[in-house]
Amino acid sequence: MATKRLLLNFPKDAVSTPMVYHLVKDYDLNINIYRAKITEEKGYLVLEVGGLDEKIQQAIKFIRDSNIEVNEKDNGIHWDEDKCVHCGNCIPHCPTKSLYLDRQTMKTCFDESICIECSSCLSNCPYKACTSVF
Amino acid sequence: MMKTYDEINKKIESQKAVVLTAEEVIDYVDKKGLEAAAKEIDVVTTATFGPMCSSGCFLNFGHSKPKIKMQEAWIDDVSAYCGVAAVDVYLGATQLVHNDPANMYFPGEFRFGGGHVIEKLVAGEKLQLFALSYGTDCYPRKEIRTTFDINDLNQAIMTNPRNCYQNYNLAINCASDRTLYTYLGVLKPNMRNLTYCSAGQLSPLLNDPYYKTIGVGTSIWLAGAHGHVYAEGTQHCSKVERSENGVPMSGSGTLALTANMKDMIPKFVRGVSFTGYGISLSLGVGVPIPILNSDILKHTIVRDRDIFAPIVDYSSDYPNRSSNILGRLNYEELKKGEVTIEGKKVEVGSLSSYSLAVEIANLLKDEITKGDFILSKPFQSLAPEQGMKPLNIK
Ligand code: SF4
Ligand code: SF4
Repeated sequence: MATKRLLLNFPKDAVSTPMVYHLVKDYDLNINIYRAKITEEKGYLVLEVGGLDEKIQQAIKFIRDSNIEVNEKDNGIHWDEDKCVHCGNCIPHCPTKSLYLDRQTMKTCFDESICIECSSCLSNCPYKACTSVF
Repeated sequence: MMKTYDEINKKIESQKAVVLTAEEVIDYVDKKGLEAAAKEIDVVTTATFGPMCSSGCFLNFGHSKPKIKMQEAWIDDVSAYCGVAAVDVYLGATQLVHNDPANMYFPGEFRFGGGHVIEKLVAGEKLQLFALSYGTDCYPRKEIRTTFDINDLNQAIMTNPRNCYQNYNLAINCASDRTLYTYLGVLKPNMRNLTYCSAGQLSPLLNDPYYKTIGVGTSIWLAGAHGHVYAEGTQHCSKVERSENGVPMSGSGTLALTANMKDMIPKFVRGVSFTGYGISLSLGVGVPIPILNSDILKHTIVRDRDIFAPIVDYSSDYPNRSSNILGRLNYEELKKGEVTIEGKKVEVGSLSSYSLAVEIANLLKDEITKGDFILSKPFQSLAPEQGMKPLNIK
């Protein structure tokens, strides 16, 4: 079993594809949707998929074949270390403690692997060090 | 008196001064003992980095051809005050950009304003000036639109009426039903989080609680530029409750600071957006404390655990000017990230960057050690027993 975060970018002609349905039904994946938005023009979907490695790879191929862009490497929320002043204002607002303060150095760190993309840090960082790719 | 300013400055000039940061000095004195350490140490550097709303700058643009007497001016669409001479303006840190919807669609985002313009200026970025006038015989031009950067200006002088608050409130929200959007960040209902804003044991005025060395005329490090304290800060209020060590247990003394923006380091001049509140400017400030005697040194070894700040409810007590507090906490507890208030666990956030304060204290230490930063004796003390007047509505 493996888990993987996927960022899907839907072009205009693919916005009506019931992608999550296919991932669950055809590839037997567990889906955890972090963020999703579909408009007439385009859409995005950030999810964590869990299942057999092989099935995940097949699913990724299926998504690509459906003309939907998949980003397997990125996180939808970025933290810019150069903009961060390490104040710690975001920390009580981060539900997963992806953003945390190293109490030794008093510096803020970002563990993107546990970020659920709730977007709370976007409005709670006064320096705009946290941004969303969407 | 053990040492004089002159003696310390001579040592600095010959690169022989012994300088420690307000963090390092704690263990040092522990080991050496107060009297011995006071003989050895010449300077202790203190520092802070955080939002300081009462900040801004005077800019002088020089004269266009033909000349204009600016009556209204905007820099990157942020209004600057023109009620001074023809091409002087004052740009305030909290000024909103023209047409900002503010809190019309609550909570407002406040993406851009005076603090950001000041950040861009110091970073050497290009800005747009737009100004209007009614025209006079000596200043006939009625409109000007051009771009400029800090190097094009005659002067860019940061002039901050109130910086470096000596201690500050711990903001909390006791309401059960609404989130608060404040200058101390977003406060969740039912006391779910708390914000502090002080560098604690590194903070300038907490290391010189009775203003023995920090006064009008003191040389300071303002975002990398060498400036000075030009007056007591607005709302300077020294007559407050203090702990045994003399440290105020609430917001109290303040400093008015000035320095040349052309010498500033961009990293320490940062525009700030507070959701639902507005714009501000964060600044890094370093203040050297000359160790003239052991009494002055004793105050610099103050520890986070000996500095207490009041917990204030921003849902009601703060806006209604009540003096009620929920209790007090020290900075050692606060820096752990979680405190217990009335039996409830509360997450702690901060708006003051301790790591940047440490960096600034070390930068200032390096400059003094190398002989590049000379101390100055204040020519006027900060009022030691001053209260604060409320505004009574008549
Ligand atoms: S998006 Fe949410 S979970 Fe991720 S870092 Fe920001 S606050 Fe934390
Ligand atoms: S609020 Fe922003 S600047 Fe402050 S620690 Fe968090 S990410 Fe960094």
